[in-house]
Amino acid sequence: MAEVIWGLATSHVPSIGAAMDRGKTEDPYWKPLFDGYRPAREWMAEHRPDVAVIVYNDHANAVGLEMVPTFAIGTADSYRVADEGFGRRAVPDVVGHPELSLHLVEQLVDEGFDLTVCQELDVDHGLTVPLSIFCPEPGDAWPCAVVPVLVNVIQYPQPTAARCYALGQAIGRAIAGFPDDLKVAVFGTGGMSHQLAGSRAGYINPTFDHMYLEAIQADPEKLAALTREEYIDQAGSEGIELIMWLVMRGAMNPEITKVHSTYHVPASNTAAALALFDNRVPRPA
Amino acid sequence: MTAEGRPGAQENYVFDLATSRRGYRMNKLFGSLGDPANRERFTAGEAAYCQEFGLTAEQQQAVLDRDWQAMLDLGGSIFYVFKLAMMDKRSMQYLGGVFTGMTEEEFMAALKAGGRIRG
Repeated sequence: MAEVIWGLATSHVPSIGAAMDRGKTEDPYWKPLFDGYRPAREWMAEHRPDVAVIVYNDHANAVGLEMVPTFAIGTADSYRVADEGFGRRAVPDVVGHPELSLHLVEQLVDEGFDLTVCQELDVDHGLTVPLSIFCPEPGDAWPCAVVPVLVNVIQYPQPTAARCYALGQAIGRAIAGFPDDLKVAVFGTGGMSHQLAGSRAGYINPTFDHMYLEAIQADPEKLAALTREEYIDQAGSEGIELIMWLVMRGAMNPEITKVHSTYHVPASNTAAALALFDNRVPRPA
Repeated sequence: MTAEGRPGAQENYVFDLATSRRGYRMNKLFGSLGDPANRERFTAGEAAYCQEFGLTAEQQQAVLDRDWQAMLDLGGSIFYVFKLAMMDKRSMQYLGGVFTGMTEEEFMAALKAGGRIRG
């Protein structure tokens, strides 16, 4: 049977990927962020999943405003890295896991989550930057297959935090019911507090961010109860991306163990964080 | 619900459906700039390209003038507006400075100092 082995919450700021692609991770601006990633990266390298379910949002690249699915899932054999206007990132294309995708679609629709199905999807920094944070040097291929799950966080009304959490719980049940032996990692991406437009551009709320980093492990129900207006007010218009962390959290066990977390300001216009959680029952020391 | 109905909506620039409807053609133009061939056509004749996409006169003027604030006010989504900014080799920090009355350097310094913290 398939099993969720760990969950990773991480920002997906495009400049984090650009810093890696351009060899700037040792620059004074970037070094603290990448130093903060190190323990998590080492642990993840020792706990390789077969598949990563990556919950993210597209940023005007593969999804236009003609049709905006609230929730969507990729079912393809592979996903091309998107050209976001400055050429494709020099990272491998993403290999899919259509069997798990199809299983998830059936189970989730039966549970009342009517996801849009994508047979073809270019994946932008929302997905590839978290993959690079997980695996900085993939070589010719990423170390695992990927099932992309998309959430609309750009156009109001975004789905509620509670709905995201419930979707995650349904994903967790569906993964547990997948007949093959698969080790699965779940990524919740985006955040933390940031706002790109308007007079509040550059807004950061470290108090809210630190609360969120604690509660995502110990009290996700509290975060699921926040309204989208509270997310926008507290975390900024783009900080509402944090609702995607709740999809990851919902797919994990009620009790999880923190492996590592780190928080840094700024990555471009954003407060950046990473939190890695082991989903397996803690064994007595 | 209108944008005016929510406290703080103006300063928060909530991209709601009314805004998305208002800015639809302009955002579609920005989205088209992901294609290198379209970027070439846009550069060759910006006004004609705007007319092809059916922008309002105000939207077209905002695009031609690179009036970033006006583009937002006329229904632009920051993720779409940024496609045009990238063509001009402008960063998100530059835009942040425009929206807050700072230079790009001042805006970057504010972020490095911890951001424009709620207070």
